[in-house]
This record gives sequence, structure tokens and C-alpha cells, in this order.
Amino acid sequence: MPPALEVQDITVRFGGLVAVDKASLTIQKGDLIGFIGPNGAGKTTLMRVITGIVTPTEGKVMLYGRDLSGLTINQRIRAGMALAQQIVQPLRKMTLVENVALAAGGAKTANPFVAMRSFDRRAERARAMELLARVGLEKVADSEPAKLPLGYLKRLEVARALALDPKLLLLDEPLAGLNQIEAAGLADLIRALNDDGLTILLIEHNLREVMRICPQIYVQEQGRSLSFGEAKEVMSRPDVVHAYLGGD
Amino acid sequence: MAYEITLTTSMAIMVLFALSLNFITGFCGQISLGHAAFMGVGAYTTAMMIKAGTPMLATLPVAGLLAGLLGFVVGLASLRVREDFLAITTMGVVFLFVGIVRQQDALGGAVGISGIPASSLGRVGFMVLCIVLAAGFAVFSTVIKRSWMGYVYESIADNEDVARVLGIDVARYKLFAFVIGTFGAGIAGGLYAQHFRYVGPGSFGFVESISVLAMVIVGGIGSVPGVVVAAAVLSVLPQWIQFVDNYKILVYSVLLFTMMRFAPDGFAGIVSRVWNRMERKL
Repeated sequence: MPPALEVQDITVRFGGLVAVDKASLTIQKGDLIGFIGPNGAGKTTLMRVITGIVTPTEGKVMLYGRDLSGLTINQRIRAGMALAQQIVQPLRKMTLVENVALAAGGAKTANPFVAMRSFDRRAERARAMELLARVGLEKVADSEPAKLPLGYLKRLEVARALALDPKLLLLDEPLAGLNQIEAAGLADLIRALNDDGLTILLIEHNLREVMRICPQIYVQEQGRSLSFGEAKEVMSRPDVVHAYLGGD
Repeated sequence: MAYEITLTTSMAIMVLFALSLNFITGFCGQISLGHAAFMGVGAYTTAMMIKAGTPMLATLPVAGLLAGLLGFVVGLASLRVREDFLAITTMGVVFLFVGIVRQQDALGGAVGISGIPASSLGRVGFMVLCIVLAAGFAVFSTVIKRSWMGYVYESIADNEDVARVLGIDVARYKLFAFVIGTFGAGIAGGLYAQHFRYVGPGSFGFVESISVLAMVIVGGIGSVPGVVVAAAVLSVLPQWIQFVDNYKILVYSVLLFTMMRFAPDGFAGIVSRVWNRMERKL
């Protein structure tokens, strides 16, 4: 079985600036990897390479052995990836259940000719309700996103990503902007999803929660892979401590 | 009676034209300031084919297809640019269309093509044809809006980046909207040529593009009944009220500004809000 995700020697240059420098990372099926690094480490750029928003100068990304080079973001999503974005972006004119049901209707939206002949939304709405219940939003399923606080919208992002039935879930700072209780609740949910077998790559600044839920950590600094391995072991390494705290 | 038939025919043609823009702007959220160019392609195609002896009914699919082909090309450009840039691009298309047509002797140059023979269907028969085609496009639009395609368009109009993250091939859906919308405009153009029995570059310029956009916005972007009513009323208003005819662009611009400022969801939105309020009171 090939790895869930292989990031192979990715380099990204923006003009003279090297944002990511030969970064490599391998995620096995069922892993929950915490992806950390100080500001400016190139985490978001690497995530964008994985999702296809940024084209790398060198290197390639493989999903379950399939080379994703040249695929657009929607093609990568169809290949089995799902992304919950750092800045929440609900479809504001739709209710929560409609947001999630649209994602659940992948079979109907893949082809415009199929979409124009498909009308029934009941199965997708039922699936959306299940997922909203999974993330604790079933009571506000018919609300509009504009009326809900950030913590709810972060969960909506996760529910919508889950509706794509992904083989790999990418979470870009899902805990950012949440208070301690909300962050702990969402982190518990991420852990529970992984316990159910979902492979997850979690970019996060909240070290406390990353250390609590992630068995393994990948650290990037100044665009380079710094360390990857068992969480406590990685965080005890002097170079990782130095990257985070500075000093000699 | 002849006046009413002419009026109803013009109204049906404008309803079809406005609904075709509603498919692109209302459903898919792509602002077009040059929709009249596609109507022009259809109108010139039908005019030339009728003059060459082709039956009018046979010219309409060709008018639609040629306009749809141009729509496909402009749609390709829409994939590269966003919102306000798309508005500028489509505005460029209409200026380009008028500019090219004016220079072509084969298309009648600045004078246009006149002397198009009357329809063999007769005035009433042709009016019925226009009503049937407009009604058909309205039904088609309503069906699409209720389908998963309409659901997808709602997401693209809201936030196309999110649509992509949900695995939607935004480019393909946008192209589809452009082709369908411009095909409809081409058919409307064909009907226009037959109805007025004259086509000229001045009939398919920027002012006409803004007029049809006003119909869509006043009716309510994306609302099929709203756009039908707005197109029907606004198309006959200049013929009923002399002032509107004299100051058409001024009146339409004021309407556009007023709606965008006070009711961006158009009359359909106003009606919907009033209805909801009444329901709550009852």
C-alpha cells in the first residue's frame, strides 16, 4: 500500500525568495500528523503546494501513489483530498446543512450534464445532518453562517470537508481564533476522527493542543524540513527548541 | 391590434434576451457588460441567411450556435479574469463587435442590413413563436435553478474558491453558463432580425448591453419570474412613455443605481421580503 501522502523534495521560489526548500514528508494511512513551525516557515506555502494552489519549482506530491502534478485543486479534491481552510469561508447565502450537502453531492456535481438532470437532495441532506451532528452543529443546521460565531464556522469547515469523504484531510490552523475551551473541543473532535481511521495532516500554531492529540509531528523552519517523528521526541530536540524559542 | 402584436413580440424577444443574460450573471455570478454583442451575432446571422433564402426557423439554431461559439471564447477569457475585470473584458467584446461590423461591407457596414422579408408565419404566428421560445427558456431556467446545476451555480456566484475546494470544476460550469446564455441571446437576436426586418450595428452596442443588465438587476439577479416581469415592463416602457424613450439610458442608469443602492436583490427580493413579513404577521 503506497503512503497516503508523499511530499518529495518540494522547492518553491517566489522570484529570489525561497519559500520552501527541498521539503519532504511522508504520511501513512491512518496517521495524524501535526505540522508546525514558526511564522515564515513556509507551512502555508507547502499546504498550498499539496492542494495545487501553488505550483512548486521542483519536486512532486503523491496521493496514495498517484502523482498530483498538473492537477487543479478541484481535481485533487476529487482524487481524495479535503481541506478545511484557516480563514473560514462558508457559502453565506446557504444554510449550514446546504453548505455540507453540496459537498456531499460530489457524484452529482462532477459533471454539469449529470448535475442538470439531478434534482433530489434528500440523501445528501441526510448525510449532511449526520456530519453536522458529528461536529456538534445539528441544532443550528438550518441557520445562516453569518449569524454564527467563529467556533461554529470552524466546525462547519470540518463537516464540509468530511462530506467529501476524503482519504486525506488537510486542516489549516483549525484552532486559530478559538478560545481554550473551543480549541480543546475541536482538537478532541480531530483526534476522534483520526481514531475512526481518517488520515489527517494538521497545520497548527497551538502547540499545546498539537502535543495533546498528535502522535507525530513534522517541523519546518525557513522552508526546510527540520524534524519528523514521535511528538515528544521531536519537541525535545535542541534545534526544534531553538527554532521556536530562539537563542543559542 | 397590429400594435399590440408588435408590442407583445418585442416584449417576448426582450424577455428571452434578459433571461439569457440572467443565466450568466444571475445564476453563475459572472457580470457581462457586453451581452448585446451575442444578440448581434444572432441577428446578423439570421438576417443574412433569410436574405439568402433560408427559412427563418432554420436560421435560429445557427444564430444560437454562432453566438454560443463566441460565448465559449469569451467564457474561456472569463476563466482567466475575475469580476470587475470580466466586466471590462465583456465591455470590450461589445465595442469590438460594433467596430468590426461597422467596417464590413458584407454586413452592411454602418447602415446595416434592411429589407429582410417578413416571416412566413404571419405576425400572429411569429408572435406566438417568440412567446413560446421565451416561455421555453424561462421554464428551462427554472428547472436548471432547481437542479444540482443551480445549486452549484449558487456556490460559484457566492465564492468560486470555495466551490473549487468542494471539488467543483468551476471552469467547466462557467463555460456551460456562457454557452447556454449566449446561445439564448443568439436566438433572441435571430428573432429580433426577423421582427424588425432590419439590423444595424447601433442596435447591439453598449447601451443595449446596459439596458438588458438593468432588466436583470431590476427584476432580481437570478430570479426567473423577476427578470421576466422586469424585461417585459422595461422593454415596453419606452413605447408607452415618451420621456423614457427620450432619456432611455438616463432612466435605466438611475434605475440601476437605485436598485443597487437600496435593493440589490431587485424587485424579486422586495416581493420576497414583503411576503415573508406578511406571513409572519398572519
